[in-house]
Amino acid sequence: MSGSSNLVAMKKVVQQLRFEASINRVKVSQAAADLQQFCMQNALHDPLLTGVSSSTNPFRTQKLCSFL
Amino acid sequence: MGEMDQMKKEAEGLKSQIEAARKAAADTTLADAASGVAPAPRVQLKTRKTLKGHLAKIYAMHWATDCRLMVSASQDGKLIIWDAFSGNKINAVPLKSSWVMTCAYAPSGNLVASGGLDNMCTVYNLKTPVVKTVKELDAHTGYLSCARFLSDTEILTASGDTTCALWDIETGKQKTVFLNHVGDCMCLALSPDMNMFISGACDSLAKLWDIRDGTCKQTFQGHTSDINAISFFPSGNAVVTGSDDCTCKMYDLRSDQEVISYQDAQLNSGVTSLALSVSGRLIFAGYDDFNCNIWDSLKGEKVGVLSGHDNRVSCTGVPQDGMCVCTGSWDSFLKIWN
Repeated sequence: MSGSSNLVAMKKVVQQLRFEASINRVKVSQAAADLQQFCMQNALHDPLLTGVSSSTNPFRTQKLCSFL
Repeated sequence: MGEMDQMKKEAEGLKSQIEAARKAAADTTLADAASGVAPAPRVQLKTRKTLKGHLAKIYAMHWATDCRLMVSASQDGKLIIWDAFSGNKINAVPLKSSWVMTCAYAPSGNLVASGGLDNMCTVYNLKTPVVKTVKELDAHTGYLSCARFLSDTEILTASGDTTCALWDIETGKQKTVFLNHVGDCMCLALSPDMNMFISGACDSLAKLWDIRDGTCKQTFQGHTSDINAISFFPSGNAVVTGSDDCTCKMYDLRSDQEVISYQDAQLNSGVTSLALSVSGRLIFAGYDDFNCNIWDSLKGEKVGVLSGHDNRVSCTGVPQDGMCVCTGSWDSFLKIWN
């Protein structure tokens, strides 16, 4: 009966909402500070931020020089 | 029915409770908190390689963990494995169905997978003398929009049938089905610690799932249209989404809410794909308007653009070592930028 399957579906919705309502939430100021800190700590190791020098860029076609 | 009305009331009450709890935690916004941070430098990246070879729209790409090889999928009916350093094609895998929407590289480098309107996820072994089909994972009742390997024996899929699934590749069976979305699932991303994953769907919600117990842990709202792209912030504590509503958003998992939105009044194209740089500071977002915009994740400002494709940017990817960003397009080309 569609009536009882709607009831089952609704029970699941309520169960899920109960679960989601119960979690602890950290203040955004704390979360933001942590996100910021992660970015700062890793900034120097982020090649797209620091730039890649042509001599160490694996995607740059190397022009080979040889001493004759 | 009395019971139905009672439950509807309880559901409304719980939604208000969640709303209130989120508001109580919202003592600032990410942009305000980051106001003291120096702006990210103006990012000007150049195309280092243009990978030519596909004959039709490219729908997906995924880097191998060696940060050198990558796989791309096109509706020309092929997966191509590329050596991004040289631009050479290592392998071309013909697909049974050309209506491909996703591809994935296993962390080991041994396997790749594809899927699309055939509703199946096909897994291929790259290490046999000739590339062989290992398994056809067939149980979804809708298109396959995204696939990601956990290992050579397990893969996660997202489908237009509104479910995500964890498969045992050896048996070809679904171990766990993740049920909760009410719209087509369009994308998924694995957490850095591989215990959780996040999915984005046409119901405009992003959901966080526990891979092992199969439950939905958190639901994130805010978008007003389909979520097409999703990625974890590298610390694992936040998630970035891209949507047809033309915005990207960052949701913090511990605050359980949206902390910043990346949008511009002049941008009115949907976001198709996104990838983050290794520090999480830069977000590369591909749009329907043929560009890939670069956003400062902390300040919410646009700091650059990758222009060069002649059609929609459909996929974006940054390898594990963060050395470049790859964009794939409906113009049939892939470009490597740094």
